[in-house]
Amino acid sequence: MSSTSSAATSIELNWVLPQRGHVGMLSLIAAELAIFTIFVVAYLFYIGKSLTGPLPKDVLELPIFATICLLSSSATIHFAVRALQNGKVRAFGTWWFATMALGFIFLGETGREWHHLIYEKGLTISTNLFGTTYYSLVGLHAFHVTVGLICLAIAMVLTLLGKVKQSHGDRVDVFSLYWHFVDAVWIVVFTVVYVIGR
Amino acid sequence: MASESITLTAVQEMPRPIGSVLHDWVVTVDHKKLGILYILYALVFLVIGGIEATIMRIQLIVPHNSFVSPQVFNRMFTMHGTTMIFFAAMPILFGFGNYLIPLMIGARDMAFPRLNAWSFWLTAFGGLLLYFSFVGANGLYGAGNAPDVGWFAYAPLTSRAFSVGHSTDFWTLGLLVSGFGSIGTAINILTTIVCMRCPGMTLGKMPLLVWLNLVMAAMVLLAISPLTAAQIMLSLDRFLGAHFFDTQAGGSAVMWMHFFWIFGHPEVYVLVIPAFAFVSEIIPVFSRKPIFGYPVMVAATIAIGFVGFSVWAHHMFTVGMNPYANSFFTITTMVIGVPTGIKIFNWIGTMWGGKIHFATPMLFCIAFLFQFLIAGLTGIMLAASPFDWQLGNSYFVVAHFHYVIVGAILFALFGAFYYWFPKMSGKMYNERLGKLHFWFFLIGFHLTFDSMHIPGLLGMPRRIYTYEPGRGWDIWNLICTIGVFFQILGTAVFVGNLLWSLFKGKAAGNDPWDAWTLEWSTSSPPVEYNFAEIPVVRSRRPLWDIKHPEDPDWQYE
Repeated sequence: MSSTSSAATSIELNWVLPQRGHVGMLSLIAAELAIFTIFVVAYLFYIGKSLTGPLPKDVLELPIFATICLLSSSATIHFAVRALQNGKVRAFGTWWFATMALGFIFLGETGREWHHLIYEKGLTISTNLFGTTYYSLVGLHAFHVTVGLICLAIAMVLTLLGKVKQSHGDRVDVFSLYWHFVDAVWIVVFTVVYVIGR
Repeated sequence: MASESITLTAVQEMPRPIGSVLHDWVVTVDHKKLGILYILYALVFLVIGGIEATIMRIQLIVPHNSFVSPQVFNRMFTMHGTTMIFFAAMPILFGFGNYLIPLMIGARDMAFPRLNAWSFWLTAFGGLLLYFSFVGANGLYGAGNAPDVGWFAYAPLTSRAFSVGHSTDFWTLGLLVSGFGSIGTAINILTTIVCMRCPGMTLGKMPLLVWLNLVMAAMVLLAISPLTAAQIMLSLDRFLGAHFFDTQAGGSAVMWMHFFWIFGHPEVYVLVIPAFAFVSEIIPVFSRKPIFGYPVMVAATIAIGFVGFSVWAHHMFTVGMNPYANSFFTITTMVIGVPTGIKIFNWIGTMWGGKIHFATPMLFCIAFLFQFLIAGLTGIMLAASPFDWQLGNSYFVVAHFHYVIVGAILFALFGAFYYWFPKMSGKMYNERLGKLHFWFFLIGFHLTFDSMHIPGLLGMPRRIYTYEPGRGWDIWNLICTIGVFFQILGTAVFVGNLLWSLFKGKAAGNDPWDAWTLEWSTSSPPVEYNFAEIPVVRSRRPLWDIKHPEDPDWQYE
């Protein structure tokens, strides 16, 4: 296969394909999207079909603060990635930490909401169809936030140990795709659970 | 880099202790070794699934037979279906994809070699988990062991009340685990094809096998995920008392059917598209002509990929949907016959006027063409919802989908085995035994599955463990079971041929078929790094260009 005609050489020189990290992550996101779609469809289908209370309109409140935190973490991770790609490791660390903090606040707010629902309102996954679909959809999202936070924490530790360099910009960028996805899914979950479902 | 690898291989060729060789296979991340592991693993499950089918056919050979109890019969058809789809067909196709794709696109490995190993072992342990139910699922309840809810496990049969013990949990978790493996492999295949092609291999110059696997991988991402979601819901129902499919709390059993079949029907295309891929490589080589209508083949595959996601509820006509849903799914199901038909015409167009060599791989592909056509025709019959109301859940349906899965997919797979065996092992198989296998299997297949249509038309429902004599079903069931023994004979010849050829076969050489795709430019079996020098391609048949520098393909494409 070593035909070294001039045409072949020009093919070799101009041969650029997409980066595998990005394509792989986008594929994973496609699969995740399908999983979330099924849970969202189940949620929408079972709205108003609970045979007993408590019902969404009695117990759910709009999680405005948590939503603001999670959505703004998309901006902070974007700045973090840009900073690292430009070689500013300190700025990267700061933005990355902010992303993590916002993610933790979101997760804490979800925990607070669940505690309120379980102990004060008596709503569990087995109470009624609302409980079943609510905890599974919000829980699936919270699980993805948790996975994201673990990845963020690992990168944070490595940054503090001084192992993160400008050359890792692309890897961090791949992870940021996941984080943006988790944020985008929250918009859907928010709309379905707290706007349509209430 | 290259010279280092060469010295390493030289060291490896010295005889080594068996433990060290096994260790190599367990920790390997090489796409070729993982491909072979997938294939061997799947072959074991193919035999296990075959044994389960044989047990069912022996039970049904005469009316009022008592070879196995009704309970065991239920477990057998559940395990047979689950095993064949998830632990035989899918891994075997992933195995071929794993082995062939990097070689065909001129890459040294998959995009994510460690993800590849991880996916394989998840699939492997998923299968073990499913089969562990035979010993482990009794639990404290003293209930039945292996899953017995059918391979599509309709609610409310899977609820705690009707499925005590843990058999259904093993089914759920086994499929969940192997599902994650499948998603991993799909991500890997897709990324490999998008990002790892050698210089010059634009999308329009990829071998059709690669194109079809690209579509298959994209379908796996979108089809397996709904199953994963549904299995999570079922587990929540069973372990935490959720009510997704609990009709007593307002849940919907039909919901499960939708979620299962929105996976289940695309899954058929996930299985058959790689089979198309094999046929699209084998028929041109043994007709000595390039594939007819390459762009149309690609377009038809993508069309199947899209339409394949909008036909699922044709599995649910008998459930009682509204007329609009019935009409929609009837129409989409008939529409998907169009791109599939285009493919059949293109394969025939490839053979038309070619110098056809009737070697074993080609024989299997020709049988594939006929059988897939018939499977498609009964598919069109069943797509008409009023017809389906009469024959849904009958043996006619069983005959139809076995015509697809055995008559088309398995035949194409056997063809692929014979075609690429020389590349994978470096040895030539025995042509005479190969033809013997073909004829035994062909006769067995037609005895079993042709005769299965008729009791279906006469009203025999699927999944019954026995039947009354004198309904006109007896003779057909007898013929059906006799066919099974021809198939067993054929499979035995096949396994014997593989083993014999592996040890005693004569060396195959790099390119025994005078073929045109890049895998035949490597040694047989290929070295660990595949290509000492990454190839540059300028046409769809790079090896033709090398063999015929005076008349290369790229002058015409």
